[in-house]
Parts: sequence; C-alpha cells; structure tokens
Amino acid sequence: MTTRYVQVLAFFFAVIGFGVFAYKASVLGLPLTADTDRAAWTIEATLKFDARPGPIKSELKVPALTPGFATLSENSVSGGYGYNIDYADGGRLAQWAIRRAEGEQRLYYRVVVYSDPSIEEADTTPPFPDVPTLSEPEDTAARELMSQVREQSADATSLVSELIRRVDKPGEDENIALLFDDAGSSVRRVERLIELLAFARVPARAVRGLLLADEQRNASIRTYLEVHDGVNWIYYDARSGARGLPKNFYVWWRGLDSLAEVQGGSSLELNFAVRRNLLDSLEIAEQRADRLGSHIIEFSLFSLPIQTQAVYSVLLMIPIGAFVMVILRNFVGIQTFGTFMPVLIALAFRETDLLAGVFLFTLLTGLGLAIRFLLERLQLLLVPRLTAVLIIVVFLMLIITIVAQRLGLETGLSVALFPMVIIAMTIERMSVIWEERGAGDAMKAGFGSLVVAGFAYLVMGIDVLEHLFFTFPELLLVVLAFVLLTGRYTGYRLVELPRFKVLAGKS
Amino acid sequence: MVLWGRSLDKVGVLGLNERNARYIMALNSRHLYPRVDDKVLTKRLAEDAGMAVPECFAVATTQSDVRDLPKVLADRESFVIKPANGSGGDGIIVIDGRRGDRYRRINGDLIPESMLMHHASNIVGGQYSLTGGPDAALIEYRVRFDSVFDAISYQGVPDIRIIVYRGYPAMAMVRLPTRQSDGKANLHQGAVGAGIDLSTGTTLFASSGNQRITEHPDTLAPIAGNIVPHWERILDISALGYEVSGLGYLGVDLVIDKTLGPLMLEMNARPGLNIQIANGYGLKPRFSLIDDWLKSHPEPATPEERAAVSVGLMRQFSDA
Repeated sequence: MTTRYVQVLAFFFAVIGFGVFAYKASVLGLPLTADTDRAAWTIEATLKFDARPGPIKSELKVPALTPGFATLSENSVSGGYGYNIDYADGGRLAQWAIRRAEGEQRLYYRVVVYSDPSIEEADTTPPFPDVPTLSEPEDTAARELMSQVREQSADATSLVSELIRRVDKPGEDENIALLFDDAGSSVRRVERLIELLAFARVPARAVRGLLLADEQRNASIRTYLEVHDGVNWIYYDARSGARGLPKNFYVWWRGLDSLAEVQGGSSLELNFAVRRNLLDSLEIAEQRADRLGSHIIEFSLFSLPIQTQAVYSVLLMIPIGAFVMVILRNFVGIQTFGTFMPVLIALAFRETDLLAGVFLFTLLTGLGLAIRFLLERLQLLLVPRLTAVLIIVVFLMLIITIVAQRLGLETGLSVALFPMVIIAMTIERMSVIWEERGAGDAMKAGFGSLVVAGFAYLVMGIDVLEHLFFTFPELLLVVLAFVLLTGRYTGYRLVELPRFKVLAGKS
Repeated sequence: MVLWGRSLDKVGVLGLNERNARYIMALNSRHLYPRVDDKVLTKRLAEDAGMAVPECFAVATTQSDVRDLPKVLADRESFVIKPANGSGGDGIIVIDGRRGDRYRRINGDLIPESMLMHHASNIVGGQYSLTGGPDAALIEYRVRFDSVFDAISYQGVPDIRIIVYRGYPAMAMVRLPTRQSDGKANLHQGAVGAGIDLSTGTTLFASSGNQRITEHPDTLAPIAGNIVPHWERILDISALGYEVSGLGYLGVDLVIDKTLGPLMLEMNARPGLNIQIANGYGLKPRFSLIDDWLKSHPEPATPEERAAVSVGLMRQFSDA
C-alpha cells in the first residue's frame, strides 16, 4: 500500500518536473546543452554628414516588422544628440536632434537580431490601390501591358509572375522596353512594378533590407517586391521572379523613400555594417519568454547575481551526487563513512581534480589516523580528543599546502578546500572501527567512501548535467521521484549476491 | 547476477533493502527503539516482565561515576563493562580476574585500572553510542558459560541469537567466539555462526564470514550435532522479548549460565542477516508461515504458547 502511494507521488513529481522542463525547453527555447549558441547579427547603421550652422535634425528609418528575425537589443551612440524612436508609416523612425554642432557628424544605430522562425508577418491587409495616371506614352503602354498580363493570369500571384517574366525579356515587348527603359536599378524596377500592379489594383510595396552574412563592413541595401494576394503578403525577386525572400534576409524598411534624412546638415552618407556573433541562447530565451508574457523565466536562477548563480550551480549538483550515493549504497551495497560524507568529499574533489583529490584525502586521513593512534595513548575524553584531531587536521593541511607551494605543486594548495570537520570526523570514525573491528573493516569503509566520492565527483562533473539542472532546476523533482522509488526498493544489493551465494544452490 | 538474485529469491533469502523497507519499517516503530538500544532500559523492562537477565552491578552515567567505579568494583573479581547504547558488540570488555590493580581480560591480557577507566569514560562520552550522544557504561555479571559449547568456542561467551517475528521464534543460531573475534560472539568480528534447528535445538553446520564451514576454526571440533540445553526455556524467553520490546522484527541474544540457566543478554531492533547463511535457509518462507498462522489464529497467545507453535511450524525445516 505504501509502495503504491510512493509510486503515485513519484509519478506526480516526475510529471511536474518533466512538464515544466518540456515547457521551458520547447516553448521558451531554453537550450538543452550549454553550447547551443544561436547565430546573432549585430547590424550597425552609420549616418555621416557635415553639420551646418543651426539646429540639426536627423532621421533614420529603422526596422519594425522583421519576419524570421527577432530583436535582442537596439541602441544608439550619438554623442550630445537627443535620441528617440517613433512609429511611422511603414516602420519606425530613429530621430536625433541637437541645437548646434560643428564639423563631420556620425550617428550610430545598432540593433542585435537573431533568427527566429516563429516571428511572422503580422501585417494588416492593405486597401486596393487606386489606378494611377502616368504621363503619355507610358500610360497607354502600361494599360496595354497590364490588360495582356491580366488575360494570361488567374489571380494576383500568377499575375505578378507573368508580369515579371515579361519584364525579364524587354526585347519581346515594346511596351516593356518603353516602361523599363530607365529601370536599371532594382529600386527603379520595383517602383515601376508597383505602379503597374496598381493598374490591376493589386496592392504592392517595396521591401528593403540586408542580406546577413558573416561580416560585411559595407553592406548594401537590397530591394524586393512585396505583393498582397488578398490573404498574405508575398515576396518576389523583381529580377528573377522567384518567390520568397532569400535566407537570412533582414527586412529593414518597407517603401522606397530614402532611408535617412538630415536637416541642417549636408553630404549625408548612410552605411551599414553587419557582424555575425554567437550569442548565449539563454539571453534569446529570456527575450522570447518576455515576448510570450511568460513569467517563469523571471523566477529562474538567471535573475540572480552572478556570484549567487555560481553558488547554486554547485548546490544543484549536490542532489545528483547524493543520488549517485543512493545507487551505490542501496543497489550496489558499498559501505561508507557517514551518509553524506562521500558527497562532501566529492565537492572538494571539484577543486582539486580527482587524482589529486584522492591522493590528498588519503594522505590527510592517513597522517591523521597515525596521530590519532598516538592520541589514544593519552587517554583523552571524547570531545577534547575530537577537537585535538581537528586542530591537527588543520595543521596537516597547512603543512601540506606550504610543502606543495615550495615544490611548486599547485594542486597542493587546494587542500584547504577540504571540509576539515568532515575529515576529522572521518579520522575518528575510522580509528574507532580500526580498533574495534580491525584494519580490514576500516579500510573497506574508507575505500568505499573514496569510491562513492569518486563516482559522485565524476557524475557531478558532467557539464551537460550541470547545465541542465541549472537551467531546469525542476528536474530535481524527477531526481526526487527516482529517490522515492529507490526508497521502496526491496531487491537484493549487488554485494549480497556473493554474500548469500552458498544459499542460492538450494531449491 | 540477475540469475543469482532470482535463485536467492527462490529460497526466500532476505536482503538488507527488503529487511529495512518491508520488515523493520513496518513492524518496528521508532519510539520503541530505546527499549532495545538502551541496555539499562532493556534490563529494567526485562526484569519487570520476569525475564532472566544478568545482574547489573553498576551504571556509570557521568565522568564522576566513572571515577567512583574502582570503589564499586573493589570486591568484584569478574564482570563485563559495556556501553548502554552500543551496537554490534563494540566497546564491550570482559574481565575475569585481577592481579593487584590490574584487570585480566578474558583473552589473558592484563590491563591497568587507568586504561579500564579510560574505556569507561569513553563509553560515557558517547564513543560507542549509536547517536554519538552521551551514554552510560553498564557493569554487569559476567556469565559463566555452560560447558556444553566448550569444544566449539575459543574463550569468550558464545551467545544464542533468535529472530523473533511478530512474537514467534523464526530462526536461531549460536555465535561461537574464535581467536580472530577476540573472544567476542560477534559475526563481523570473526565469530562463527552455527545454525540451530529451531524445533529440536540441535546445532547444524556453521558459517564464517560468508562461507559455510563444518568445524570450529580454532578447536577443529565438528560443529553440527550439539544439543543446546534448556532449549524450550530459551524459546520461551525469546518469545517474551516481543512483549518486552514491542518490536515485530526482533533479534534476541541469550547466553546459558552454568548455574542460572538461559539469560537474556540484549535485544536488537535491526538483527543482521548472516543467520540465514548459518542456517542454510532464507528467512522469508518462515515469516510467511508465521503470517499464515496468525491469519488463521488471530487470538492472543502467551509467549510459551507461541514458542510451542513455532517449534511445530519450523519442524518442516528440520530435515537438513
């Protein structure tokens, strides 16, 4: 009956633990391993101009809707200028202003973005455009061309494809040749296509942005055509007619107006630089949780000061070490001194490395034991004797550290990190067992403690586990569930199999 | 390994995990532990229940009591000094004579009085206590063991361990001191455990460590076939241990004195599992026999009745 309760409770804990873990991992995108850094790009726009006398106002169109990308942070470097960001038709405007300035001015706008496929176009459906009026002879040419294109298409998308296909071969159609005579640049071409599509009352606009590559000191703005098919906005390459945006295309602005303007300045230059950098995916997850309105991450360990985080990253591993000990004691049957002493020793090993740790521990316990046997002759009372052992342990640590320092052995210095009270108790326990039950038993328990400590150290040192339990502390509930289950394990321990071997032969 | 585990399970061998989780936790309430862990309390309860126990000469609970001990012990030639809260026989010293102000231990060593008093003060300081807290040193009558086991024990006091399950004796063995065990009847200190046929009181083969042996390692006498005297009385006393301790999974340790007969030495709330090796049987089949008996006979029974029932129930294991 109790076993049933324990199983239900364990199941309950495991479900909660795994549930929160799965939510944080899949919905919030918290990384499962420490090194899943995602690609992030830092895009820096530089406005350069010469100041004229009088107040200066400068504007830069900055990204608002960026399908496929999420913004991690944005900021501006602009010594002395007032800076703010406003929403404007087609995006946002970064505005700088200053009463007076002299010489060449540089204003920087920097945005850090990372690819996030879940960011989608959340745009409104535009009204149908009015049929424009162009000057002759373009107007007639346009009307004629569009009526032909409309004949050979079924809907907005096929209409656009047909139009771009024709535009691509200007030699075959004199209307095209006339209309796209001066449309060498893709900006002009997109502008003309938008005009033509307005004749068919198809809403269209220009999309301008950057192709994010590893490192570009002078990235060029590319222009794409965006057409609304009645339901969605669809991107087209105005030259090839290919649908969709290229991979890693970052939409900066929609519309054909110039991206930057300055009042009170001259010779304006706008330059974009792109740099790819690996960003801790935890930061990205935090941002995403923020956007989803999830508060879970605000209660995570990452909100703590760095030093406290470091403490917890160790503390959270202690249950793992203890779990290893549970397995080694209850399933294998290794004998140890004390219940948690091996785990504490394992913690000390983290500072010393395994081999050096085992060596120092053995050295310290061995010397301590020798001195403890000398103390036995003095016939001291228990508590003063324990204290004497403790003092001697501290002295031994001191001596080992100084000798190691003299010999230039750095690991010797870390002996100070051993929990000395634990060592003193170990020495006392070991000497009592030694006297009462002989050296064999004392050695067995001492060796068992070291083995358990070593295993616990190795498991606690697994980076993936450390990362997992720090990022997802709720996984401790899963460990708790396992511990509860092992608490009702009534099977044999591994060491009992050889112990009772003589009984196994009978039937 | 798995196969081994299965064949152990088939003969009903009880493992440590199962002992702890299924028997000790279910049948032994924590609050009853002091009744067996504190030997002073055990002795008082046992005397109240009319159980035969070795006489207690003195109890030292403070260091000043320890200082007074030489006076109290002045006219005692032989006695045993033991911690009231000790476990596994640790901290017990048996004295059986004197040379001036030196005491003779049972192995012949002479120890000065100061060392004996230091030992007593260590006991009072809690060195052997299960919790590490203050303890008491108990000085009691040293049992003069009946000569029946002389041939198969090396010095010391052989004692009889009975596992009493829910008031019914379930398995028995006699623990025989060896040279290795320093005269102590403690299995993990090297004593030999010899199984006893519960229904007849006859010794079977023995186990040393985890091995089965047929002869005592020091005296080389065959272990099997010795008849334990006062066997019925021993079973009655052990069954009474259930009333005294209230524990459903109990180990009762007894000795047989030359003149006083069987005496209860101590009881144990976590009796070890080596008794299974000494008997060549697992404990679980016997426990389920007793469980079945209790299901069909729920009415209360006296210790003597229960002991008699056990003798009948366990007869089927006598063939070995």
